[in-house]
Amino acid sequence: MEVVALSLRVSGTALLVSTVIGIPIGAFLGLRRFVGRPFVMALLYTAMGFPPVVVGLLVYLLLSRNGPLGQIESAWIPRLFTPEAMILAQSVIAVPLVAGFTMAAVLGVDPQLQQQIKSLGATPWQEMATTLSEARVGVIIAIVAALGRIAAEVGAVMLVGGNIDGRTRVLTTAVVLETRKGNFELAIALGIILIGIAFVVNTTMLILQRQVSK
Amino acid sequence: MSEPLYELRQVEKAYHGRSVLHIDELAVYPGEILALVGPSGVGKSTLLRLLNFLEPPTKGTIMFRGQVFNGQQEVPLAERRRVTTVFQRPFLLNRSVKANVAYGLHLRGNRDSREQVADVLARVGLQDQAQQRARTLSGGEAQRVALARAMILQPDVLLLDEPTANLDPYNVGMIEEIVRQMNATQAMTMVLVTHNIFQAKRLAHRVALLLNGRVVETAPTDTFFNQPGDPRTAAFVRGDMVY
Repeated sequence: MEVVALSLRVSGTALLVSTVIGIPIGAFLGLRRFVGRPFVMALLYTAMGFPPVVVGLLVYLLLSRNGPLGQIESAWIPRLFTPEAMILAQSVIAVPLVAGFTMAAVLGVDPQLQQQIKSLGATPWQEMATTLSEARVGVIIAIVAALGRIAAEVGAVMLVGGNIDGRTRVLTTAVVLETRKGNFELAIALGIILIGIAFVVNTTMLILQRQVSK
Repeated sequence: MSEPLYELRQVEKAYHGRSVLHIDELAVYPGEILALVGPSGVGKSTLLRLLNFLEPPTKGTIMFRGQVFNGQQEVPLAERRRVTTVFQRPFLLNRSVKANVAYGLHLRGNRDSREQVADVLARVGLQDQAQQRARTLSGGEAQRVALARAMILQPDVLLLDEPTANLDPYNVGMIEEIVRQMNATQAMTMVLVTHNIFQAKRLAHRVALLLNGRVVETAPTDTFFNQPGDPRTAAFVRGDMVY
C-alpha cells in the first residue's frame, strides 16, 4: 500500500505542478503572436517527445553533488533519491505535454470567436480564460495525456529516485524489481493495480469531459 | 448636426504592406444608424474592426468621444467597452443561452444579472430557451441571442456586421425591428454593414458606399437612393457592377 500511496503522491503532485505551469504556457502560445513563436513551438513539440529516461538523466545531472543545483542548500531544490526529485523529473516530462496539447486546443478555437470575446469587452486575461473554457475538452485531454505518460513512466523515477524500499519505490519501479527477482505474481498484481488506477482516473476524466462538452 | 461620435481622418489599414482600407474622412453621429454598403472585400468589416478598436489603424486617427487614437496607444478598456459588435455569425459560447447573454455583464463584474437577462431574452422572443445550450439553437435564434448579448450591455455604439445574412425573412424582420427599437428608445448609435441595400434603406439614417477600400459617397438615405451624387453610387443602387 505504501508503494501505491507514494505512486499516487508523486504522479499526482507532478500532474498538479505541470497543470499549473503548462496550461498558462499553452494558452499564451496559442493566443499571442510574438517574434520567435514558431521556434518556441518547435522546441515545445520536441520536448513533448523527449524520452523520459533522458529527462531523468538531465535531472540527475542537475541535482547530483557536482551538478549546478546539487551544491545549493535550499528547501526549494530537491535532493536526489527523494520523492521530491521524482516529482521534479515527472513534472519536467509532463509540462511540455500539458502545454503542447493545451496550445493545440486553444489554436482550435475559432479566432473570430476570440474577436467576439474581445468585442464584448474582455481584458486580455478574461479573453484567455474564456478561450481556455471554450477549449476545455482539449485541456482535459492534455491533463489525461500527461497523467498517462508520467504514471506509466519508469526510467526517470528509477534514475532520480533510486527505487529505495520504503522511500522512493513506486509501482512502476516495483514492477521492474519484482520481475527481475522472478516474482512474477507480485509483478503482475502491481501491474494490475497500476492499470486499475489509470482506468479509474481516465474514467473520471471521461465523465468530466462528457459533462463539460454538453 | 451634433458633434460626431467618431471622426476618422486619413485612416489607412494595411496587412503585410497591402492597403485594404483608406478613409480620407468619415464621421458617425450620435444616435444615428449609418449603413455601410458595397461589394464584398471592399473593407467594410475591416472598418468595423477599427471602430470597435479590435485592430489599430496603420495610419491616421480615429477620434472617439473627443479622444484621438492613432494606433500607437492602447485604447482604454472603459472606452473599448462602450462599443460592441454583432458579427455575421453569432459566435456563441458553449454554454446556456442565459450564460451567453450574461457574459458581457460578467466581464464587467456584474454577477447578479438574472432580471436583466430575463428582460432582454423576452425582448428577442427567447425567454423559453434561457436554459437551453446555445449551440442547439437555430441560426435565427442564435443570432437573436448574439443581439441580446450585445443589447444587455447598452453600449454607446452597436456595430452590426451583416447580422441578417443567411437568415429567413421572419428572423430578418424580427432582428430589424429590435434594431429599430434599440435605436429609437435608447438613441443607440449603430453602424450597419449590409449587402442588402433594401435593408439599408429600411433601417439607416445615412448610407455610405465603399469601393476598393475608399468611401465613395456618404449621404442621407433618401438622397443616397434617389439623388446619388456620384455616378458609381447611382450604378450601385441600380444594381450594376461597380468594381
